[in-house]
Amino acid sequence: MSIRIILFGRLAEIAGNSVSIDDVVDTDSLVNALNKDYPALNNTKYVIAVDKQVIKENTVLNKKSMVALLPPFSGG
Amino acid sequence: MSDQNLYERYHRQIILPEFGEGGQQKLLKAKVLVIGAGGLGCPALQYLAAAGVGTIGIVDDDVVALNNLHRQVLYSVNDIGLSKAERATNILQLLNPDIKIIPYNERLTTKNTLTIIDEYDIIIDGTDNFSTRYMINDACVLLNKPLVYGAISQFEGQVSVFNRQLLKESNEAVNYRDLFPDPPRDGEVLNCAEAGVLGVLPGIIGTMMANETIKLITGIGEPLINQLLTYNALNNQVYQLNLSARKETRSLIPKDEKEFLKTDYEWLCAAPILQAEIDSDTFNNLIANGNVDVVDVRELHEMPAIDEFKHIKIPLAQLADNSSLIKSENIIAFCQSGKRSLQATKILSGIFGDTKKVYSLRGGILQWKQDRAKQPV
Repeated sequence: MSIRIILFGRLAEIAGNSVSIDDVVDTDSLVNALNKDYPALNNTKYVIAVDKQVIKENTVLNKKSMVALLPPFSGG
Repeated sequence: MSDQNLYERYHRQIILPEFGEGGQQKLLKAKVLVIGAGGLGCPALQYLAAAGVGTIGIVDDDVVALNNLHRQVLYSVNDIGLSKAERATNILQLLNPDIKIIPYNERLTTKNTLTIIDEYDIIIDGTDNFSTRYMINDACVLLNKPLVYGAISQFEGQVSVFNRQLLKESNEAVNYRDLFPDPPRDGEVLNCAEAGVLGVLPGIIGTMMANETIKLITGIGEPLINQLLTYNALNNQVYQLNLSARKETRSLIPKDEKEFLKTDYEWLCAAPILQAEIDSDTFNNLIANGNVDVVDVRELHEMPAIDEFKHIKIPLAQLADNSSLIKSENIIAFCQSGKRSLQATKILSGIFGDTKKVYSLRGGILQWKQDRAKQPV
């Protein structure tokens, strides 16, 4: 199962605006796979949204799931 | 002002059926506090003053600088060096003499925040650093004030309305800590001085913040309550997310005024080894003394390029892996504004322990260049 992820801000600089990750079943395995492909994401703060809802814990994904990763911004 | 003038000034919004004279009266009675009169604050202030928000407070302890003008559109070259809060007040008062504008030319701290915020109905966060953002969020939760949030980086912005129930009977009001529970450490996320920002971006995001504020006051439309909107200026993509409250969040926020006063927000976001910071004079002296490696920890493409002194370039992310390039007993790290170099001192101190002395150039190369320009030739 391939999941499409959209990334924002600094995260997009690291991995691109959008990436697809294969063979992940939930958000934990997705984060692990991402960290392996893009080690710089390891130490970066972000929140995960699945289908436009910010999640708080590991969430099961299906092939239609849309995942977004958002970093905090401080600029004003 | 006479009713006739009032009617004429706001005529084009009063004739909107959803808005009407009732909406105008609500605006005139409203008290809005804008924290930060910078990139986000300037456009937000302009539209709120123009729309007739009756009382506007402006908090900013900074002065206008030339490198503000590409995005902080209230100011002109004549304002350089002058207080932003005071200049913004004077300029906006010319735009609309009939509203009350109160400048607070001071830095928000835990000591003055609650007192100032308590005077207002809605708070707008247009600040440029995490420690103040978390402090404002917590103060708004304590005092139960709606918080219009906006933040920017490079080409992207975020907008939300925090601490406001979607329905009167619901008790779920999402705040900033439901989204990002803990502040990032200094240098972990770059600010505008370090990462850059397209001037028009805060114009768009700050205007959206004014729009959210006007909707909250007048009760029209659907403000971004429990939602986060992100906007990308490069591809015009807008992405809207739903937020929900976390049970744990309340435990992160001071439980009362007393605890708030004791919270050190600077420390929550700051690196612990401030003594490693040196100013431009010390920096120059250390270089003159020799036995020092100066390390530029910025990304390789970052400007300005430095040819005034010898240095090696190792971007922060690669520093740990390339520390063997550093041979001298003294190390001075520098970056754009002094935040990443402070991170670098932590990394380098971890690697070298007491075998080398590690320093960070306070204020970064931008400050050093400024200091240098002031020196007599």
